[in-house]
Amino acid sequence: MSIFEYAPAPESRAIVTIKPSYGHFINGGFVEGLSVFPTLNPATEETLSQISLGSIADVDRAVAAARVAYESAWSKMSGRERGKYLFRVARILQERAREFAVLESLDNGKPIRESRDVDIPLAAAHFFYHAGWADKLDYAGLGNSPKPHGVTGQIIPWNFPLLMLAWKIAPALATGNTVVLKPAETTSLTALLFAEVCQQADLPHGVVNIVTGDGTTGSALVDHPGIDKIAFTGSTQVGKEIARAIASTTKKATLELGGKAANIVFDDAPIDETVEGIVNGIFFNQGHVCCAGSRLLLQENISEEILSKLKVRMAQIRVGDPLDKNTDLGAINSSAQLDKIRELSSAGDAEGAERWSPPCDLPSRGFWFAPTIFTGVTQAHRIAREEIFGPVLSVLTFRTPQEAIEKANNTPYGLSAGIWSEKGSRILWAAQQLKAGVIWANTFNKFDPASPFGGYKESGWGREGGRHGLTAYLKSEG
Amino acid sequence: MNERLEVNKTYKLFIGGAFPRSESGRTYEINNQSGDFIANACLASRKDLRDAVVASRNAQPKWSSATAYNRGQILYRIAEMLEGRKDQLIQEITHIDGVSQSAAQDEVIKTIDRWVWYAGWSDKLSSIAGSTNPVSGPFYNFTIPEPLGVVGVIAPESSALLGLIEALAPIIVSGNTVVALANSHNPLPAITFAEVLATSDLPAGVVNVLTGKKQELAPWFASHMDIDGLDVSEIEEPLLADIKVAGAENLKRIRTFSDEASPQRILAFMEAKTIWHPIGV
Repeated sequence: MSIFEYAPAPESRAIVTIKPSYGHFINGGFVEGLSVFPTLNPATEETLSQISLGSIADVDRAVAAARVAYESAWSKMSGRERGKYLFRVARILQERAREFAVLESLDNGKPIRESRDVDIPLAAAHFFYHAGWADKLDYAGLGNSPKPHGVTGQIIPWNFPLLMLAWKIAPALATGNTVVLKPAETTSLTALLFAEVCQQADLPHGVVNIVTGDGTTGSALVDHPGIDKIAFTGSTQVGKEIARAIASTTKKATLELGGKAANIVFDDAPIDETVEGIVNGIFFNQGHVCCAGSRLLLQENISEEILSKLKVRMAQIRVGDPLDKNTDLGAINSSAQLDKIRELSSAGDAEGAERWSPPCDLPSRGFWFAPTIFTGVTQAHRIAREEIFGPVLSVLTFRTPQEAIEKANNTPYGLSAGIWSEKGSRILWAAQQLKAGVIWANTFNKFDPASPFGGYKESGWGREGGRHGLTAYLKSEG
Repeated sequence: MNERLEVNKTYKLFIGGAFPRSESGRTYEINNQSGDFIANACLASRKDLRDAVVASRNAQPKWSSATAYNRGQILYRIAEMLEGRKDQLIQEITHIDGVSQSAAQDEVIKTIDRWVWYAGWSDKLSSIAGSTNPVSGPFYNFTIPEPLGVVGVIAPESSALLGLIEALAPIIVSGNTVVALANSHNPLPAITFAEVLATSDLPAGVVNVLTGKKQELAPWFASHMDIDGLDVSEIEEPLLADIKVAGAENLKRIRTFSDEASPQRILAFMEAKTIWHPIGV
């Protein structure tokens, strides 16, 4: 039980104004869609607004606007001027950070502590970082005057709505591409607020277009002949569909897909820091993180000690109102995602793993799932193989470092991995052996615009962030 | 002409450092421009491809963990061996492709020099493609390029030797291992090149060479779940699109290149790994 009772400390939602309905943002203005669908607050199931469902015609209009903007304005502008627009965007995001944070928590269900301290500041940082690249592309490693692809089609997920928007739009604009972006179906509001930022920054019309909608809207974007490059973050399944859809075209693609990261704890790990790291690795953002440390690999001789401390720590996790500044774990983003988490957790029970959650009162309305660990998990269990994308941790054990690596790499994914040890040579050895694009040693779930992010194997194609991510938006020849 | 009967070479596959025939027992005739019989080449099967992938995967850990200096020396050693086989390779090219002696000579010389160029990249890749990243926080953060794993090559038909070598050198110099399908109308220089590899300190299985038909084998390359990347330069539509569709099942990195030598060709089959560690006392 908790040592302290926390009084509620809700962040005011008065700072945001949500309109009853939104159109698409095309060519610098809002355009009404033909039909709408509701977007909910997942913590209360309250309808926040009506969002337009993008049709093929809407996508067509947006791509046409992006093409005109590319040819008449953006590709002709000097890098220095493009960069100054991006700096403006970064500054406006900082100025309106609280508004974005509250709106993100309302629409997504994530705790205000995370949207305020992670999502929004990092989104602004991405624009600031890439702003500086815009007039320095000759130094990106692709020779002099590398060329942009043209019009990019970008599709982003619901787990970090504004941050993923920033990961996509900032490098695209810095390199001289124009953008048609489709936010996730359940989390369009911060993207639509971002459209206002584009207006405030006086970004030339059509450089950024936002078409809201569902998977059909996304397919229309992928299939559109006017798109030169696709950037997608989402499931491996959809990533493969995109790869097939563009097979007979010259479209380029970067894909940031699923993961099933191993978080490896060696017996010389610093125990208290490790327990914090495990919690951050799986319960950050309700576990709605493609790089979440969802497979905990404990060296057998310390597994009991770690698990007992982990359970004590998990009992301190405060689940509830995302707008409460004390909240650690917010709402599951949608009822569909909640169903998926429940289904996989039930598979964990059925296949013989042992489920444990701390006592915790979940709100009666909204979509909620208590922080959960499964022990006695084997590599064959579905909860050790499939991405759950929720606050559910599968715990496995190992005896030798070699066995840890074999288990960690025994997955078609290769996005991220964690290593906990006080021994430098062991950390570097393990980091070398792990087949993953991001390795966190004695830390977890850290992100930065200067740090390339992306996966090996079926976790995707290419990187985002840093010089590596930038080059994905430039042609590598002439 | 003297009266001595020449000892003809049997051209076989190169898998796991050995020279087996195709498990299928199939061969196809290699003829010169005037239609004269030159040799029976192995017509490799899907099973041969699978065996080659196993050999390639098994060779992966040792080759990718060899020091860059070591890999550079082994690649250079291959160039030394190639130099000694120059005349044979020129003869195999002129004999079958009907190109002039001087054109064949140019191709072989370019091949050897290109190989030396790529050999020198082994211990420089990390400095051009890696980085330390100034993240906002007390962390040391760096990015290094790593080999992708097992890469398949469908060699171009436009040259019997140069196209294959231009694909192989950038793939293996970083630590990848390879299964290559040779030029189908003239696979002889490719097999002779395999003999060069077999005597060059290159660990068995790092390069495997098949001979056979592109239309038959390319789809199996594309759908093989243990091949991580494909160099399909010169493959045309609609086969190229079919390869990409099949390759999507394990998100293969599928690439085509022009014949320009470039470090981008090496980096196309590498992955960037980023490592974070806190800084503190």
